[in-house]
Amino acid sequence: MSREVMEYDVVIVGGGPSGLSTAIKLKQLNPDINVCLLEKASEIGAHILSGNVFETRALDELFPNWKELNTPIKTKVTKEKFLFLGKKNSISWPTWLLPKVQHNHNNYIISLANLCRWLAEQAENLGIEIFPGFSASEILYNKDNSVKGIATQDMGLDKDGNKKDSHEPGIELHAKVTVFAEGCRGHLGKQLIKKFELDKGKSPQQYGIGFKEIWEIDSNKHEEGLVMHTAGWPLDNNTYGGSFIYHADNKQIYLGYVIGLDYKNPYLSPFDEFQRFKTHPSIKKYLEGGKRIAYGARALIEGGIQSLPKMYMPGALLVGCDAGTLNMPKIKGSHTAMKSGMIAAETIDEYLKENKNLSIYEEKFKKSWVYKELYEARNVKPSFSWGLILGIIFTGIDQILFRGKLPFTLKHKHADHETLRPANEMKKIEYPKPDNIITFDKTSSVYLTGTNHTENQPVHLQLKNPNLPIEYTIDKYDEPAQRYCPVGVYEVQIENNINKFVINSQNCIHCKTCDIKEPSQNITWVTPEGGGGPKYGNM
Amino acid sequence: MKILVAVKRVIDYNVQVRVKEDGTGVVTDNVKMSTNPPDDNAIEEAVKIKESGKAKEVVAVTIGEDKAQETVRKALAVGADKGIHVKVDGIIEPLAVSKILQKIVEKEKPDLVFMGKQAIDDDCNQTGQMLAALLNWPQATFASKIDVKEKSLEVTREVDEGLETIETNIPSIVTCDLRLNEPRYASLPNIMKAKKKPLEQINASDLGIDTKPRIEQIKVEEPPKRKAGIKVASVEELVQKLKNEAKVI
Repeated sequence: MSREVMEYDVVIVGGGPSGLSTAIKLKQLNPDINVCLLEKASEIGAHILSGNVFETRALDELFPNWKELNTPIKTKVTKEKFLFLGKKNSISWPTWLLPKVQHNHNNYIISLANLCRWLAEQAENLGIEIFPGFSASEILYNKDNSVKGIATQDMGLDKDGNKKDSHEPGIELHAKVTVFAEGCRGHLGKQLIKKFELDKGKSPQQYGIGFKEIWEIDSNKHEEGLVMHTAGWPLDNNTYGGSFIYHADNKQIYLGYVIGLDYKNPYLSPFDEFQRFKTHPSIKKYLEGGKRIAYGARALIEGGIQSLPKMYMPGALLVGCDAGTLNMPKIKGSHTAMKSGMIAAETIDEYLKENKNLSIYEEKFKKSWVYKELYEARNVKPSFSWGLILGIIFTGIDQILFRGKLPFTLKHKHADHETLRPANEMKKIEYPKPDNIITFDKTSSVYLTGTNHTENQPVHLQLKNPNLPIEYTIDKYDEPAQRYCPVGVYEVQIENNINKFVINSQNCIHCKTCDIKEPSQNITWVTPEGGGGPKYGNM
Repeated sequence: MKILVAVKRVIDYNVQVRVKEDGTGVVTDNVKMSTNPPDDNAIEEAVKIKESGKAKEVVAVTIGEDKAQETVRKALAVGADKGIHVKVDGIIEPLAVSKILQKIVEKEKPDLVFMGKQAIDDDCNQTGQMLAALLNWPQATFASKIDVKEKSLEVTREVDEGLETIETNIPSIVTCDLRLNEPRYASLPNIMKAKKKPLEQINASDLGIDTKPRIEQIKVEEPPKRKAGIKVASVEELVQKLKNEAKVI
């Protein structure tokens, strides 16, 4: 089957901070360059989910005059708190005793989705073609195995892959350089890392799942500019995670929870841990009398420099968290993602103009401040594999006394899908029922995400072995997909006394957790029809 | 033959609509907007008629703020030839919309005007009918099938009792039901081409139409929350409750 072909100098897959910064920087360096950017969401920003306390360092470089450009960056951080939570009590940790990377006084509380919308406007004004609603589903290669471009997903296929009346075949986008900016666990990035062995000699990548809710709260309890983080309850000493509460503008707070996907107990339900966390007296007091107006979840990168794959290959680059540039102890990835994209743009510019090799990306990256900050941060996350308390003690020594300059690098030992222990060795966890005021179930939560996928399309969560959940995973791990999925896509239903594994793919919010955590790596997330998935507002 | 299709920009049907705290309306900031779904059916039908050779030109018109242009661009991307954007800021009611459309019809002289049967934001279901009255044209509402004849249309309508088939003369107004067709996807090359198609901009104030709302909106509020259900032990209890508590029998 021959598809229509469109040719560009550069094709960018993904309209998040890294992809948009790549595009903008490319046009700034060379106004004549042809750049096209694809985004699988129905509009830019609709699949973006992030805390977000924003460090402006990369933006200062990209748009030195951004303060004059009516950006959605308005709320300066005015106050910071860090709490250790016990079951009922909390201890406030003095901020001067926090590592410097966790200080936020020059940063802003923003909606990353809105920042991306703003970046997209700037990009379009520079002449970049942005196509939301199109998912890149396939990588195209030249005969010499270099990346030739991508193909977009066919639209209008039915469940069995037959063409409906509305069928619209995908098209091929060919480029001199293709930039993959899909975010954490991009499904094309994953294929490239495997094909070109980009992760050879690196630690296995580490991930977390991040939840976020937006609440409108009582104005008496709202302190615009307040940034609060917590560690401890409801997680045990061996599970890595913590919360954030950011007081944004319009009486809104951004409330969220991150849990490392290297957790061991298959009965753990990240969603329910987050819900339970909100019932803590120090948190609940903010929410009482308020209203939850948004919900979402997304996997994020936690591996740092040890797990960062090689970011270049013939004909293509990986940027942002498609590679994994998030700075975990800083709890920030937007500025590093943007900067990685800007470095990619400089690389491509020299590649096209001066015929330099794409491998200069790595040299440029290593000389940049992103590398320096990721290098200094490298030992924090692995130290928490010894538990919360030892992790904190080590991090204090590593970050406060030595500022990340200890002469060794701790490794990540396991991939996240390898860490689950068999269900019969672990304790069941009883979660309290939602009260529908502070805590909620998954059904009412997914409703707030505006998620939909066109009916009757092929299931985009593919099982390598369709019988494995029932024949193996349910016995060994009590099918953890029922719990790690933040919107209840996976269910085990009993029909005539026979277990049946059900995939409600229409509810999928594209967080990629299943693709990461499934213990046998039996679930593969592929792109559904473009435009599907959540419709986040100001996440 | 020339077909004019009216399209409206509304909050996307997947988005959970939220009422503003002060009760003045619903939240539209940072909310995904799309074409009103039955307007997509209207465009699709017009483009199909053009493709069958029975029409020569399809013109898409929208009324609203600057961003409403996206809705026209989308119509252009799925096959409309020309776009018109009538700029109005703020709320605009069906009567003002039909008066604006009347002016556009006088200017463009189409043979048919298509639009969705109603918009999913205010659910008024009035514009097509009012426009027909203003123009003194026949109207076929809730169309689920349109057959273009030599000088007339045969239209099947979705009515409460089932399907009703009527014939109208041309020119005429048709408001479209979701069952009319399955709208096509805008392909990437066609979105590119749509950027180069003509899009005329008109200010509503230049048309000499008073767009001030005639209806005073007092308050917008959320419907009351549904109470949790209960289980009854017997049929008798159910009947009792329906009679005495719910008072429905």
